[in-house]
Amino acid sequence: MDLTAISPTLLIASLMVAATPLLLAALGELIVERAGVLNLGVEGMMITGAICGFAISVETGSPYLGLVFAAIGGALLSLLFALLTQLVLANQVASGLALTLFGLGLSALLGQSYVGVKPPSMARLDLPGLSDLPFVGRVLFSHDPVLYFGIALTIATWAFLKFTRAGLILRAVGENHTAAHALGYKVVRVRILAILFGGACAGLGGAYISLIRVPQWTEGMTAGIGWIALALVVFASWKPLRVLLGAYLFGGLSVLQLNLQAAGLAVPVEYLAMSPYIITILVLVLMSADKSRAPASLGRIFHASS
Amino acid sequence: MTFTRRFLMAASAAALGLATGAAAQDKTKVGFIYVGPVGDGGWTYEHNQGRLAVEEEFGDAVETVFVESVPEGPDAERVLTQMALNGADLIFTTSFGYMDPTINVAAKFPNVKFEHATGYKRSDNVSTYGARFYEGRAVQGHIAGSMTESNVIGYIGSYPIPEVIRGINSAYIHAKKVNPDVEFKIIWAYTWFDPAKEADAAKALIEQGADVILQHTDSTAPQAAAQEAGNVITFGQASDMAEYAPKPRVSSIIDNWAPYYIDRVRAVVDGTWESTDTWDGIGAGMVGIGEISDVVPAEVKAEALALKDEIASGAYHPFTGPLKKQDGSDWLAEGESADDGTLLGMNFYVEGISGDIPQ
Repeated sequence: MDLTAISPTLLIASLMVAATPLLLAALGELIVERAGVLNLGVEGMMITGAICGFAISVETGSPYLGLVFAAIGGALLSLLFALLTQLVLANQVASGLALTLFGLGLSALLGQSYVGVKPPSMARLDLPGLSDLPFVGRVLFSHDPVLYFGIALTIATWAFLKFTRAGLILRAVGENHTAAHALGYKVVRVRILAILFGGACAGLGGAYISLIRVPQWTEGMTAGIGWIALALVVFASWKPLRVLLGAYLFGGLSVLQLNLQAAGLAVPVEYLAMSPYIITILVLVLMSADKSRAPASLGRIFHASS
Repeated sequence: MTFTRRFLMAASAAALGLATGAAAQDKTKVGFIYVGPVGDGGWTYEHNQGRLAVEEEFGDAVETVFVESVPEGPDAERVLTQMALNGADLIFTTSFGYMDPTINVAAKFPNVKFEHATGYKRSDNVSTYGARFYEGRAVQGHIAGSMTESNVIGYIGSYPIPEVIRGINSAYIHAKKVNPDVEFKIIWAYTWFDPAKEADAAKALIEQGADVILQHTDSTAPQAAAQEAGNVITFGQASDMAEYAPKPRVSSIIDNWAPYYIDRVRAVVDGTWESTDTWDGIGAGMVGIGEISDVVPAEVKAEALALKDEIASGAYHPFTGPLKKQDGSDWLAEGESADDGTLLGMNFYVEGISGDIPQ
């Protein structure tokens, strides 16, 4: 065993990359759930975003345009969910599952001619001076822009929910949609906007995998990250900063377990492979031992007549 | 979790307008089940090329069907049963994990012939076939050992089964032969196909100093990771992966199933099919070595090709003594070569590899 082979600098840098798709998707789902909607279609929206972003950036040669269209693609797919659950009042669990199945199939269809194609690469942000600093430079100042966007989005989401009037309305809708309605807030409109935001975030997270982390397109490449994002929102007690912590913990452990294997640590591989899941759950469960709970109207169907 | 399984009926050649009076005769129906998508660019892609070759060869006389991305385990049994019920005469099951499902379903359909790739369980209507990939790994190990500057070679394993362990041992023996200081770092990914995980594994190995990445997983993600890292070389796995040539991909091991598939389908058409066990290598053409790119120095390339020819002619066996097991006990004496039984059940590393095989 040679643990000195693991460089902490590179480890931290790569855990941030591994965590970003999870973080983006989970933040989107957090807003959706805080508005009282349970959308189980995260995986489907992610994979759709992954292929939309990949296709557009291959066709146009611009990874940034690809990311924009990934967000649009994810949002469009979530619009379908919004129509089903908010306007025709379909069951949210069933609609969400259907959205995942549909997204996986649709992305496979759209992606048929993109297998084995190489996307244009996105340059790392290079801040003269800062990126050359030892340790800090590599860890903090030489990533792709999307990674910083993920962190900024976490803080923005936190501030939005805590300090803004719009955030308060969103939370009111999620806690008690009948009361919010009685106060004159447009419950359905707020929820549709939240769902679209969730779709855009999931799409962006998917495109991060296909454009930056891997980068290439293959069917089913999100490989369950959307489901982990869903679980993460619950374990993080619907709090943005805990989502960030959970995502980094999960990303960190998945990268660390590969590094430990490569360094020849004498622990059975199976334990290492399951460690990210177990430790992430453990930590977040311990933290959620306070009085936080799910939004009261989560998953309940709203109709103005009821 | 994957929901991408789709039942695709391959178009028959009738559209070509060649079919005139052939419809009177019953078509032979041949099924394939794949562990990944046909577009994986590796293992499944090559099996599908074999299927297309069968269609090309027999035209209207044979109809082929396939199901892709079938998980190993109970799901495979369901898909196989469905295929047999739909009238398949011959079914190729193309991954190690389909072994028990194949045997189970074959017992229920004695009139359907089955061909299982890389397994060891046979019955009256189940044949097995595999390729001696370890012969290709020997050539790969030779190039890898000669080319590495950091003396660290990263290896992405899928599952700890004899097939994969054989590959690791063969590559290690031949890398060590040309470079006594060489060290292997092995990561078990526990998947045949998961691009994100394969990419992460490749990155972890590169970060720990590997400048050669060998993979026993099916996607091209490790190639992409190596390309991004810059000064790292890789080898195409199962398929040529030529889109990553000349660097990082400097050569490849290519599976060529077409001749075998055509042969076996013909046997079913003629009614001469019997349960057999086939294990062919470079000599028989089942294992090919992809073009060695110009990144490899000319003398290394010449040595690698000479090694390939020696293996092909049978003059040299990649597992030839003196060899010891990892624990230091004797395995093969000077000049002795391994028998197929030991190779098929290989569950140990040879001397010099560090780490344990997960049990």
